[in-house]
Amino acid sequence: MVAGRSIYAGKRERAHLLKGLLFISPWIVGFSFFVLYPTIYSFVISFFRYSGIQPPVWLGWQNYIRLFTDPLVGMSVQNTLFYAALAVPIGLIISILLALAMHREVKEVSLYRTALYLPSIIPVFALSFIFIVLINPQYGLVNSLLGRFGVPQMDYLSDPTGAKVVMVVMAQLGAGNAALIFLAGLNGIPKTLYEAARIDGSSHLGCFLRITLPLLSPAILFNLITGVSGGLQVFQQAYIMTAGGPANGTLFYMYYLYRNAFSYAQLGYACALAVMLFLFGLVLALLLYWFSQRFVNYDAS
Amino acid sequence: MKIVARPVVVTEVSLPQRRKKSPIKYSHKHIWTRVFLIATSLLFLIPFYWMINTALKTNPELAITPPTVWPQQWAWDNFVRAITTIPFLNYFLNTVVYTVLAALGAVLSNLMVAYGFACIEWRGRNLIFYLVLITIFIPFPIAIIPLFDLFAWLHWINTLLPLVVPTFLGSAFYIFLLRQFLLQIPKELLDAARIDGASEWRILWLVAAPMAKPAIGAVAILAAVGAWNDFMGPLIYLQDDSLHTLSIGLQAFRSTHDIQFNLLMAASILVVIPIVFLFFACQRFFIEGVSLSSIK
Repeated sequence: MVAGRSIYAGKRERAHLLKGLLFISPWIVGFSFFVLYPTIYSFVISFFRYSGIQPPVWLGWQNYIRLFTDPLVGMSVQNTLFYAALAVPIGLIISILLALAMHREVKEVSLYRTALYLPSIIPVFALSFIFIVLINPQYGLVNSLLGRFGVPQMDYLSDPTGAKVVMVVMAQLGAGNAALIFLAGLNGIPKTLYEAARIDGSSHLGCFLRITLPLLSPAILFNLITGVSGGLQVFQQAYIMTAGGPANGTLFYMYYLYRNAFSYAQLGYACALAVMLFLFGLVLALLLYWFSQRFVNYDAS
Repeated sequence: MKIVARPVVVTEVSLPQRRKKSPIKYSHKHIWTRVFLIATSLLFLIPFYWMINTALKTNPELAITPPTVWPQQWAWDNFVRAITTIPFLNYFLNTVVYTVLAALGAVLSNLMVAYGFACIEWRGRNLIFYLVLITIFIPFPIAIIPLFDLFAWLHWINTLLPLVVPTFLGSAFYIFLLRQFLLQIPKELLDAARIDGASEWRILWLVAAPMAKPAIGAVAILAAVGAWNDFMGPLIYLQDDSLHTLSIGLQAFRSTHDIQFNLLMAASILVVIPIVFLFFACQRFFIEGVSLSSIK
């Protein structure tokens, strides 16, 4: 790693080490307080009953036993998986399609890029307000448009599944960000590859499956990981648009965790929920990593 | 000391229109591509059209069903009403303070840390950098409760400190972005400065920082947008109404006062405009941020 280490005296090396540590010291402090301490603390507190005011009371595995028998946990897991299982794959497909389309040499592509990327940086809370109005039976565009085609008016947010579907649709407005990442990936694929494949008689689809998709796989993995991690933590939309309702139809896992912590003051139980999410996320990340080792192609040459 | 060399941008989203091709080729070849792009662009912009349409309607017009597709009478005073019914300016200022400090903190701390990982050679730095990378994937919820407890113990609840201080203490993803960029600075350049007797601190700010401007811009903007859009942080830490940011301020107001939709949309426009403005002013940095985050 260090070229010509022999010329460095031990003292010199120690000076470098000190300098290095000094420069990364903000991260060391941040890591200790915002990663290391909270992770250990959450694991420990998850074995206690703790309201934040009174001293913690040891419960053993009770929080975890409760977690597996709590019908609202089951409900919130179902809601979250429903949301993530729809929002993430649909988002990937839409953003890949958009990237492929923007990759074509259309003259006014910067216009589309702006229109498609801009919604992805608009705050979710503002989008939530907009969607409340957009799909409102009385004030919204969606119902009045669908009404022209004879679709009966409906308050989508008053239906447990409808409300989740609205949030899945809303999430697609963020596709522009992933699309630009894919576009950068597409621009990195050498044109000569396609030309060679063409000479070998590959079809459009063949080129896409054998060149584009494999070479895009690092970007797909990246967007998949960030998408899944975001999808599992979905919260804001439900908090603003439906307050978890109707009939707990949008009570997502994160929302239930939040309620336990900040509405019911059950910090121990909320920590147990957080630990489970952490472990689930960890296993998922490891699975994706293992998967990527087998299928993701990092060699673009 | 004058530095002219500039590191090569990793993967810039190259603008297709740069490649000069005869205009005839464009004419009919990509019709379906265009149809698809125009259709999706319009679909993506519809929510914003409806936001503007609703925001500019008078109360009587708002009550018309089916809703009118364009305001018959432009009710500009809705903006005034929105600002005065809600302590909007207060929320706005709080959000601006949070945003500016978050961007500043992200740049200062992460640039320093990234320099430590990219430009100083010390034993174990790669090992520790792996640790940084791993933390990118640690789900944030595990930290919520412990941090709330910590900040409560420090008496930081109902101050901006729990939101701002962490931004000054490094963030794995931004460290990663900046390190990628700093690694491209030729080692000879740094060594030359060292031989001239410059301290690492000086080299960071006078040599490395000017060359990493695109990445610094990207990090500043990502952090600023992140703070402007932050909902969970203010929701947890800012219970006092006078400290609310726009995100939770509008939400709290909507749920307690049942605010009219035209005013809610007018307020939303005012929330969105700074982001849109920032985007058009710094489009280059946004694109840079996206291309830097595509891991190679």
